[in-house]
Amino acid sequence: MKPAAFDYIRAETLAEVHATLAAEGDQARVIAGGQTLLPMLSMRLARPSVVVDIMRLSELGGISLERGGIRVGARVRQAELLAWPRLAERQPLLAAVLPWVGHAQTRSRGTVCGSIAHADPSAELPLALLALGGTVELSSKRRRRKVAAADFFTGLMTTARADDELIEAVCFPCRQNGHGHAFREFGRRHGDFAIVACAAIVHDRGLRFAVGGVADRPVACDYPALEGGAVDDALNALAWELDARDDLHASARFRRDLVRRMGRETINEARRCRV
Amino acid sequence: MPRLNAGSRHRVRFTLNGRPVEGEAEPRLLLTDFLRHVLGMTGTHVGCEHGVCGACTVEIDGVPARACLTLAVQVEGARVRTVEGLAPELGKLSVLQEAFRRHHALQCGFCTPGILMSLENFLRNHPQPDKAAVREHLAGHLCRCTGYVTIVNAALDAATKLRQTHHA
Repeated sequence: MKPAAFDYIRAETLAEVHATLAAEGDQARVIAGGQTLLPMLSMRLARPSVVVDIMRLSELGGISLERGGIRVGARVRQAELLAWPRLAERQPLLAAVLPWVGHAQTRSRGTVCGSIAHADPSAELPLALLALGGTVELSSKRRRRKVAAADFFTGLMTTARADDELIEAVCFPCRQNGHGHAFREFGRRHGDFAIVACAAIVHDRGLRFAVGGVADRPVACDYPALEGGAVDDALNALAWELDARDDLHASARFRRDLVRRMGRETINEARRCRV
Repeated sequence: MPRLNAGSRHRVRFTLNGRPVEGEAEPRLLLTDFLRHVLGMTGTHVGCEHGVCGACTVEIDGVPARACLTLAVQVEGARVRTVEGLAPELGKLSVLQEAFRRHHALQCGFCTPGILMSLENFLRNHPQPDKAAVREHLAGHLCRCTGYVTIVNAALDAATKLRQTHHA
């Protein structure tokens, strides 16, 4: 399993990245930490003609608080965000999710934006970005734009990013007063991709519940304040709507059951965590 | 903007176990193959080649990393450490290696270089780990011989020994 041949560009300016992406289109792939791109290259699921390394661009680094959100630059590794001292206080859901992203040995290199770009339906960070209503900041030679997470994930490992666009940063909204958050995941081994992952955010007006690992992309639903059996009914309806499939890891039926049971536990935990 | 062409080999320079090294690599060459085939450092093992098994784990700029998920050209200018850099001198094992031997923490030894590199880094950052933390860290590695119990015991023993050495 070796990658097919490609050119490699060690970009020194943002303009070089934009120019390469504009010129090469879907033949170009951006590499940051490489933790999802390298397996794709080695298995030859991706065969770009050029790989652009953005890790020397200092302007893409840094975690900052901006307009009520945590802005994470394209160069920021998952371990760096996990170690950010204000994480648990500013966004407890993200603090709960990050230890589940890969292993310590991949979080050390893998970037937050890279996981968003890859958009694996089982990955935790796309699920967290969607659940929190975050945004993706894209830039190209032509324009700059921000895309809401709900519009960004468009299908199986498919996103709204155009071929000439670079993800410069993603922004996770900070916790709001009175919100309770919880995250749960079931997998065969800690650090593997989720068979099912659930995130819940409970607030005054109801709750938001998001599921990864079942549909072709993470899915989030908003519910009014549900009581008692209504939660189970809503989760059951959602479990069927997600169109689960059998695969090597789990049957569709098992996945639906996880959505119902683990979903309920996640919502209960989020309710207990309200402050 | 340096563009390294697919078909040619390009000079790559970095620090390996404290010494400057250089060699030639096509852009597509993985760090695992660069270490083993270009530099002849065969201590780093190649298992699954897609980041799951952990056998190829090395340290890059002080953090554990999968060499199979890294291109050789990406480590230009970096500090890389491999299992060959663990022993303090020829014929002498590191505290962690010695604990592995004492606790029978390996049988076939295929996964061992990666686990040693991972735990070495982990123990440096977590001098007083509990069993659960060691187990969680080991989740990034596959060992089909030991059942992990002896590896956990070796790691905890090494942590104790390292603390004693530091306090002595």
